[in-house]
Amino acid sequence: MSTGHGHLLYRHGDSFVHRLPAHVKVVALLAFVLIVVATPAERYGTFAAYGVLLAGVAALAAVPPGFLLTRMVIEVPFVAFALLLPFVATGERVDVLGIALSADGLLAGWNIVAKGTLGVVASILLAATTDARSLLLGLQRLRLPAKLVEIAAFMVRYADVIVSDMQRMRVARESRAFEGRHLGHLKIVARSAGALFVRTYERGERVHLAMLSRGYGGAMPVVDGAPAGRDAWAAAAALPLAAGLVAAATGWLG
Amino acid sequence: MYELVGEPMHVPDGFLDAATSVGTGAAATAGVAVALRKAREELDERAAPLAGLTAAFVFAAQMINFPVGVGTSGHLMGGALAAVLVGPWTAVLVMSVVLLIQALLFADGGLTALGTNITLIGIVTVAVGWLVVRALLAVLPRRPASVVPAATAGALLSVPAAAAVFVLLYTIGGAASLPIGTLTATMVGWHTLIGVGEALITGLTVSAVVAVRPDLVFAARDLRPALKLRQPDGSYVDAPRPASAATPRRGLRPVLVGGGAVALLLAGVVSFAASGQPDGLEYVAEDQGFLDAAREHAFGGFALADYGEVAGVPVGVAGVLGVLVTVAAGLALFRVLRRRAARPEETSA
Repeated sequence: MSTGHGHLLYRHGDSFVHRLPAHVKVVALLAFVLIVVATPAERYGTFAAYGVLLAGVAALAAVPPGFLLTRMVIEVPFVAFALLLPFVATGERVDVLGIALSADGLLAGWNIVAKGTLGVVASILLAATTDARSLLLGLQRLRLPAKLVEIAAFMVRYADVIVSDMQRMRVARESRAFEGRHLGHLKIVARSAGALFVRTYERGERVHLAMLSRGYGGAMPVVDGAPAGRDAWAAAAALPLAAGLVAAATGWLG
Repeated sequence: MYELVGEPMHVPDGFLDAATSVGTGAAATAGVAVALRKAREELDERAAPLAGLTAAFVFAAQMINFPVGVGTSGHLMGGALAAVLVGPWTAVLVMSVVLLIQALLFADGGLTALGTNITLIGIVTVAVGWLVVRALLAVLPRRPASVVPAATAGALLSVPAAAAVFVLLYTIGGAASLPIGTLTATMVGWHTLIGVGEALITGLTVSAVVAVRPDLVFAARDLRPALKLRQPDGSYVDAPRPASAATPRRGLRPVLVGGGAVALLLAGVVSFAASGQPDGLEYVAEDQGFLDAAREHAFGGFALADYGEVAGVPVGVAGVLGVLVTVAAGLALFRVLRRRAARPEETSA
């Protein structure tokens, strides 16, 4: 993947999870996360079981736990919010180590941490096993409007071009002894952002003209391999099905 | 290779309950569907490459961090900026694609919260930002430079507006019984501060673009002075504007954006109130009463008691159905309104 289709979270591999078609994985992930979010917060055991299920998927996909842990920092700001909840929420108070905390707040905080963590881990697993190109193909198969898929394709294709353009500007600024230390320096950074937009837009115009000269008529030709087989769907459905069974078994449904 | 965005502001999974998440998902889908149709007027057939590159730009610009206060920093959301640069409908598409890619490839923002994130960051910030810009441009002098203060004000208001909508969603589908007044004050107050940063960077960026390529700034397209043609007798006449610069439906656009946003929000909120969850309104009422009356009044277990029911399947499914029906009705209404709005134009054109 030398053309910029690789992305930071992607881990090259050839596991069973890697080989599953992207759209099947997206649907399975969405179903799983919906079940997680719909589970009442007080069913602690159920969340543990969900975690075990995800650990199983991670093992199957050969994604090491360390990789997952380092990527999970993304949810830290929301964990901070969750930790605040027991102190600011109203309702019945319970004593924890001598501090009166809101029972509601404790439960809600736990709710956010548990569901947010499971969601982030599931999303990381998708991103780690799906490269950008197959994800775009998957979105196409999921009948996302062609225009949106095309916009997303251009974004993914050019994101690192634009970001490295931005980084070159930063290097240029810093090599002229610029240091963004306070709000007043924002003007210089924003100038670069303005220049970056002009460059990006002009690049877009050039790309468009180049495409026109190669016969582009307003829509990209649809390149689609064989659709996902029944066994791929069955394999991917295993995760949300198992989650549903766990939820049912722990008394949520029955 | 680009770096991972370090400080996400996107809502993760589990912040709002399942029914609310599906509801915002439906609202976001409807909003994006409308934007897909309307964006054609803004970018013609170049839509995909240019919108895609703009999405890449927003993605890059979101990495620009700026100091907010003591030791903390915020980063650009970019909704108002995108609306000013490429037009509101294209901006909705651009922001939605950025959020979709961030959720799927960067694990930034939960998949069930994607609808919430698109509604907040993709639709509310764009709609509020654009409405403010249009309103200000109507009173500011007609020249491209007027876009700069308009964009600054639009960006400033767009962020606390998104925060206010988040508070609204949280009262409907959040788990904890937070005192609404305090929550609103904290969220809106804090985001006004972030909005100042957003406003500064948006205004300065727009000013930099207007200085070199005013033709690229969508909001400034009609503000450029007309080209003067010198006649053989020495007098000057205004050259006719190129077709692309003439936007006959301009007056309608803010109405449609605003109306669409309000309709979608109401669709979400009203259907929840109607779908067997008295949760939201009751909650606000009790909470306000609680705030006004006595600090000691503990309706403890109120949210907890309702919680099992809210998150339970039957009510959840009913809520989801209610939302879908309402959104469909809203869309139908929207279409009728649009057709009616388009009619006088046909006669005048």
